[in-house]
Amino acid sequence: MSARAKSLRPDLAIIAEMIPGGARVLDVGCGDGELLEYLAAEKNVDGRGIELSQQNVNACVARGLSVVQGDADTDLSEYPSQVFDIVILSQTIQATHSPRAVLTHLLRIGKRTIVSFPNFGHWRVRFSLLLRGRMPNTTALGYAWYDTPNIHLCTIADFTALVREARGSIEKAYALNEEGHTRAMRPDAWGPNLFAEGAIFMLSAGGSAGA
Amino acid sequence: MGEPRFLRPISTPGADIGRAITFDAPLALDAGRELAPFTVAYMTYGVLNATRSNAVLACHALTGDQFAASSNPVTGKPGWWDTMIGPGKSIDTDRYFVICANVIGGCMGSTGPAEIDPATGTPYGLAFPLVTVRDMVRAQAMLLDALGIEKLLCVIGGSMGGMQVLQWAATYPERVVSAVPIACAARHSAQNIALHEVGRQAIMADPDWRGGAYQRDDTQPAKGLSVARMAAHITYLSEAALQRKFGRNLQNRDSVSFAFRPDFQIESYLHYQGAAFVDRFDANSYLYITRAMDYFDLAADYGGVLADAFRGTQTRFCIISFSSDWLFPTLGNKQIAHALNAAAANVSFVEIATDRGHDAFLLDEPEMFAAIRGFLTSVSSSRGIV
Repeated sequence: MSARAKSLRPDLAIIAEMIPGGARVLDVGCGDGELLEYLAAEKNVDGRGIELSQQNVNACVARGLSVVQGDADTDLSEYPSQVFDIVILSQTIQATHSPRAVLTHLLRIGKRTIVSFPNFGHWRVRFSLLLRGRMPNTTALGYAWYDTPNIHLCTIADFTALVREARGSIEKAYALNEEGHTRAMRPDAWGPNLFAEGAIFMLSAGGSAGA
Repeated sequence: MGEPRFLRPISTPGADIGRAITFDAPLALDAGRELAPFTVAYMTYGVLNATRSNAVLACHALTGDQFAASSNPVTGKPGWWDTMIGPGKSIDTDRYFVICANVIGGCMGSTGPAEIDPATGTPYGLAFPLVTVRDMVRAQAMLLDALGIEKLLCVIGGSMGGMQVLQWAATYPERVVSAVPIACAARHSAQNIALHEVGRQAIMADPDWRGGAYQRDDTQPAKGLSVARMAAHITYLSEAALQRKFGRNLQNRDSVSFAFRPDFQIESYLHYQGAAFVDRFDANSYLYITRAMDYFDLAADYGGVLADAFRGTQTRFCIISFSSDWLFPTLGNKQIAHALNAAAANVSFVEIATDRGHDAFLLDEPEMFAAIRGFLTSVSSSRGIV
């Protein structure tokens, strides 16, 4: 990993490593463009972004990135099929209204799809609900229940099932821990679902789900 | 190549009046007629580099002209995009060679209805053929051919200028590296056509319009043109901006006059705008250019599917709208972005939060400057332009 990649948020750094040089990439929910800027500079990627916040979009464009203001729930349908090598949905799926529809579009638009999300199966989450009787408010999920944008949280096992339903194939899966370290995982194993703070999946369309 | 002739006298002697090229080859118009000979008056800023790869075409709006970044020799006022174009500015003339041409149908040196019809020896008036946005763009393409410029690093413009940008990208995709349509739409809306028709009827209702032949009698429909401008000017501003700037403030008085004098500051402001416009613009040109905008419907030329206008394009787009623009609202600008996405084009879309309405594209809007600077820098770096 290069020095520049180390300055990326840990989950973005592992995503960046998964992307081949020169690829055509769509980053859905690209935020302030941190990943796109890195990919353009370090991997010569032809990158595009969709971002909900107009403020973030304006900042991205001023940095020379190709970003449109848009909503993953409503705007993905306009993109033609299979035009991007990689489509990224980073820490966003839990905030969408229709995760299944969004995932289906991602699998259609991209030859490969990378999705990262916080794992609601993490033991702290389970602990909070089970023993304290309170909705979890952890580092990965730092919101009170009444003001969270995360309306569709899921566990690694839930997401694995959704991929199967959306007829996607799991090509790679990584568990992300609290220190920002990642390791390859078996998405259907119980261990990561209990101990991983988050997960990163690389998917492709078609076929049955498998590790 | 020569000097342009202006309808109105030059107010600032010594100002750069730019250049004009007269083409003997006919301009084939959408109306099915040909215009020949015809003249295009233009200004340039900055220096064309050795590889001719740093040319930026700035397209002006309805009542704009080629004096984008230098003093207008007729009005003596600064260029209409003086805030945008110049050394060190967003469109940096230390890096880019900027061209701005008066549109066909205009009245600042390019052939329009006020020019002499070679067939009759008198001003065209209504004998001038209807022109379209595509005709304006064709004339610009011929100008670029004459200047030896094959590719444009960027085509940029607001309002009707934005329509020209879209037309450029659709008609000559291989000549356009990047395109920045600002505060525009892929077609003129019913509301916009209606507003234009009010303006045209004001001009034509003025007895001094004389069926368009007012030049023969050495007069002009000043009242009608002034009213058209007053009505149009309201559409360029937002309700919030009018309230902020003028409110119900009275003009040089403490109480209302109980008469039809301009009591309110907003009235006196509009009167001033109308009068100043008559001093610089030709009434028939106003009719023709508003009509060109009304006829603009890019998708109609591509089977009603806007995305098909951009299918396979390699052009990079940056679309910019303003939150308080009700003449060319964000939604219409966003529809262009949607169509470009559907064509798998490289597109950015920025909405600038401002209360200044449609005219914001001509004003000091730092976020717009930052977006255009960032976009152009990225485009030019990828083309190896320093």
